[in-house]
Amino acid sequence: MTDPATQSGTGGAPLIVRYTPEVRTRHWLTALAFVLAALSGLALFHPALFGLSALFGGGPWTRILHPYLGLTMLLAFVALAAPMHGQNRMEPRDWEWLRRYRDVISNREEKLPEVGRYNAGQKIIYHAALWLLVGLLLSGVVIWRSYFAGYFTVDVVRVAAVVHALCAFLLVCTIIVHVYAAIWVKGSVRAMTRGTVTAGWAFKHHRAWYREMLTHATNPRSRAN
Amino acid sequence: MALQSLDIRRRSATTTRPPDIRSMSIGGGVAKLIDTSKCIGCKACQVACMEWNDLRDEIGTNTGQYQNPHDLTASSWTLMRFAEVETPKGDLEWLIRKDGCMHCADPGCLKACPSPGAIVQYANGIVDFHEENCIGCGYCIAGCPFDIPRLSQRDHKVYKCTLCSDRVAVGLEPACIKACPTGALVFGTKEDMQQHAAERIEDLKSRGFEHAGLYDPAGVGGTHVMYVLHHADQPELYNDLPADPHISLAVRVWKGRTKPLALAVMGLTALIGFFHYTRVGPDETDERDEAAAQDLARKSGKQS
Repeated sequence: MTDPATQSGTGGAPLIVRYTPEVRTRHWLTALAFVLAALSGLALFHPALFGLSALFGGGPWTRILHPYLGLTMLLAFVALAAPMHGQNRMEPRDWEWLRRYRDVISNREEKLPEVGRYNAGQKIIYHAALWLLVGLLLSGVVIWRSYFAGYFTVDVVRVAAVVHALCAFLLVCTIIVHVYAAIWVKGSVRAMTRGTVTAGWAFKHHRAWYREMLTHATNPRSRAN
Repeated sequence: MALQSLDIRRRSATTTRPPDIRSMSIGGGVAKLIDTSKCIGCKACQVACMEWNDLRDEIGTNTGQYQNPHDLTASSWTLMRFAEVETPKGDLEWLIRKDGCMHCADPGCLKACPSPGAIVQYANGIVDFHEENCIGCGYCIAGCPFDIPRLSQRDHKVYKCTLCSDRVAVGLEPACIKACPTGALVFGTKEDMQQHAAERIEDLKSRGFEHAGLYDPAGVGGTHVMYVLHHADQPELYNDLPADPHISLAVRVWKGRTKPLALAVMGLTALIGFFHYTRVGPDETDERDEAAAQDLARKSGKQS
């Protein structure tokens, strides 16, 4: 049996498991559902984007499918997020990390406090996605005309429509930042597609987590998650 | 109700100018005037509407009131609403109001609609739904200040009074006007209707209805369906006719300048990312990091 936390890469460089296949599946289900929900939602968001409805079989099909795509995203996200909720709690070192945002965006990691499994930016994205999805669910149910809108007064429906559009706008911006961060920090995409990162990557970007992994590696009961 | 038209003033979910080369609007467009003081509640207008538009609503149940059906539906586009009102003098007044689309000059339904061309407003002021473009989202229901559009459970399209746009287009008056036996319903240019209403109001005032007046609410830019009310100071008496209807603030925020602004911010977020990448560049891991990681691993191994 090989150690679950470390594998050997083809070049002999040690690799560390960051995301298990289960986490990767949940992440990409969330991501695919997000893309589809966002495209169908944007079709109804602004006339300039109504053409996107053609991707879903026209306007009525876009209207029919959109809520189910949103629910799929929500369920996949809950499955993805529930096990990692505790690891996304903000700690004092995270606030320090945020205060030095200039060093963050200038790739000067040596000037930043050590980062655990997730950095402050990732934690903020996690919480933003969580709360925006809650907002989208609640407002989305209210404006779901086929089933629920009739149970609410017109004023509630009006406010829900604004809240839904606002949350969706903020979520799209959040995900753009999330995707860009993955493109920016090389090795991140590999972590979510192949599941592993190099020891150097862990050392550079998540040193506190790397130290933890080293201690756990000597403990046979430790697990990567 | 679809007709190829070259006189479109507004078109839903359309940011460019709609075809309006034939944009003649005489006398402020067309208008229906409903004189509540002349209405006897015979419902001939309801029948005429069903007849002309080939609509047959489901047979409902009698709940002991004259109002029938109980509410507007996808197949009942106009409805006599009956209100029994006790006056301060102790008299009972039976206030009957023909309800239906008001054809607002500033239509909330059209503003809220996300589907291009599902709602149009013609140069003559008629606000018309083009059901073949309707996607069934029901946003128009949220946009309307008068609670008029109804979503059909059968085909998931919204329906409402067309002001008989098909009849008006060929020079006929709406079916309800044609059927009214008392002259409570009249149809013509908006200016003519305002003038006619003024005469009616003068007459009503001389008969003791000192608050008689015209209902042509400015909050929605005026309407192309207007009421002569004996109690214009209290429109709510007439089955909750709104005193000051206007497009809700929420709808204006939802459908106003915030939308293009939000699109721009989303694009800008992506653009900032792109320029960050081209100016600062990616954050890469090199051999020194790998060596340092190995180093730390060896030290950690020795410690344990």
